Amino acid sequence: MGITNIFSGYTGEELLSIFTMQGFSSLSLFSVFLLMALGLAIIFGQMKIINMAHGEFLTAGAYTTVIMSDMVVKYMPGLLPYYFIFAIIAAFIVAFALGYIVELSLVRFLYKRPLDTLLATWGVSMILQQGFRLVFGGREDSANLPDWLMGSWYPTETIAIPLNGLFLLGTSVVVTLLVYFLLFRSRWGLCVRATVLNREMSNAVGINSKRIDRLTFAFGCGIAGVAGAVFTTIGSVSPAAGSLYIVDTFIVVVFGGAGSLLGTIFSAFGIAQLQSIMEFFLTGVLAKVFVLLSVVGILMIRPQGLRSNKVRE
Amino acid sequence: MKLLESGVVSENRKHIISFIILAATLLLVFPLVFDIFRLNLVAKYLSLAFAAVGLVICWGHGGILSLGQGVFWGLGGYCLAAFLKLEAAVNIANEAGTDQIKALTTVGLPDFMDWNQITELPYIWYPFKSFPITLICVLIVPGIVAFIIGLAIFKRRVSGVYFAIITQALCWIMEILFVTRQGWTGGINGITDLRTCLGWDIRTQAAQYTLYFLTAGLLLAVILFSKKILSSKLGQLLVAIRDMEDRVRFSGYDVSNFKIFSFCLAAMISAVGGALFVLNVGFMSPKLVTIAPSIYMVIFCALGGRESLIGVVYGTLIVCFGRTYFSEQFPELWMFLMGGIFIVVTVACPKGLAGLFESHGAKALAFLKKFLKIENLASKDKKEVEA
Repeated sequence: MGITNIFSGYTGEELLSIFTMQGFSSLSLFSVFLLMALGLAIIFGQMKIINMAHGEFLTAGAYTTVIMSDMVVKYMPGLLPYYFIFAIIAAFIVAFALGYIVELSLVRFLYKRPLDTLLATWGVSMILQQGFRLVFGGREDSANLPDWLMGSWYPTETIAIPLNGLFLLGTSVVVTLLVYFLLFRSRWGLCVRATVLNREMSNAVGINSKRIDRLTFAFGCGIAGVAGAVFTTIGSVSPAAGSLYIVDTFIVVVFGGAGSLLGTIFSAFGIAQLQSIMEFFLTGVLAKVFVLLSVVGILMIRPQGLRSNKVRE
Repeated sequence: MKLLESGVVSENRKHIISFIILAATLLLVFPLVFDIFRLNLVAKYLSLAFAAVGLVICWGHGGILSLGQGVFWGLGGYCLAAFLKLEAAVNIANEAGTDQIKALTTVGLPDFMDWNQITELPYIWYPFKSFPITLICVLIVPGIVAFIIGLAIFKRRVSGVYFAIITQALCWIMEILFVTRQGWTGGINGITDLRTCLGWDIRTQAAQYTLYFLTAGLLLAVILFSKKILSSKLGQLLVAIRDMEDRVRFSGYDVSNFKIFSFCLAAMISAVGGALFVLNVGFMSPKLVTIAPSIYMVIFCALGGRESLIGVVYGTLIVCFGRTYFSEQFPELWMFLMGGIFIVVTVACPKGLAGLFESHGAKALAFLKKFLKIENLASKDKKEVEA
């Protein structure tokens, strides 16, 4: 009765448009979760490093994009339509380099004590956050977006799909495919997986596992940087922006099952859908509570997450 | 054999000596050196130290890293704050004729409920009408919450990292719930403006002195109690579970029960601290129980030495004093320093200050002793030779 009342004011075509747009907004949330979680799925899922500074690598990528966009506007306004692609690459490089330094100076001492990586990387996160605050100031910045990222796409008269949402979705698909090929179809990925499964044996067959660790960690951070760059299309950047995502991201990765790329995708999709649906019935924050509680509940039934690789401990 | 015994004796004696030093610092030195404003600050810090002591039990000895210690600390605080708030509301109602009463539509209800159009006391608040029941609630409510979480998680053999992430999510849930249920909890402002406890004005200087000694005394008592537990067979089992869980399980122990016990105990100890915080400071707010404060509690513990009940008190004091001093003087540098402490402590000295003292302090002491006793020994040797 109540539901028919809600819908009675609309025609069939309008309802279809509403559902399409609502469905797309939950797809956007899914791409956000997926992009954030991919880097962590590598770092936490494969290496068992609890990287609490993951959000700050995201912020670093976002600030790189903002700087690039400012520079382009100032010096080369003609390049504005194209710079964004380069900004993504630059964001990857900056976050990769930062991650490399953090691994080299800190994380490599802690592989035997995974819980302690949580504390140490929390320290890194504080330092990076304060660094951003000193360099960029506490206020919110945003990038100048090229025209092709603004406005909406109208497949029909009544449906408006925001272009930046489409771009977000596209990027997350591309990055996921990239991660898949690198992890499961490349020689480097083979080395990473071999090191995860059996470090001693990988060393014995000639894999330099320390170098693999370093590159894997840095690569995960680089992905976070890409996520940060793409996030500038949907929101502004502040020094603490990344830390807002960190708990969500961990929930997605843990829920998906450590070490499983497919599990991460499923869990990002499931959590995003659940949250969108619940937001329809409850207020936003209570929907969050509901989602968190159900994830915790499911984790109790399946502690290994949705999907997990069988690893000999 | 004799060597072994003497080792045990000296271990015990070491603990007693360091406990006496701590007690003397808290009960004599601080009250003599600091004025009442600083002393009140110390009392605030010491109430945070309860959470760190709880972490020593469940993290340092049990190996369970809880990032949700602030939840239990906060629950204890909220329970007592609820009682004090009801008392304050009744007091306002009794002072008929004042402006305050005109501003309220429902007399005898806490002001924030009135602002949220709640006209009757919610059932959840009923237990907090009585002081003894409130005191029981301070311990029991966090204990029950910890028990349910522990039962659900440890029986499923979820542990380590996953447990840490789940407790962090718990913090978030608690924050969202306490902020959004404004009519019941006071929302983002929390429960403020607490003045009296059983008619005793907690804001006077004399009261603050009394509360300081109450806090310090209870903290010392909790440390003794925890030491008793940790040096019992139960404590040894906790360490065994931390170091080699499967072997303990194969020996026939139900590992999850021990984990649940240590988690609940840690929660209840933290809750005592939360309640004392409310008495010392006069308010409770959800900002104090979110993710960041819970992480701070872990850093108190990590800096002081995660296995040392006494070390964590110093860890708490150092971090809190540092935060107060630096955020006044160099607010920009504080976060760098804090982050640096996190990194250096975890990478370089995982046993914290207590570990440093153990490895270097003993050497320094031995050197001193040798220096002082060298003549004594020489004369003793002579006597033995003569005999």
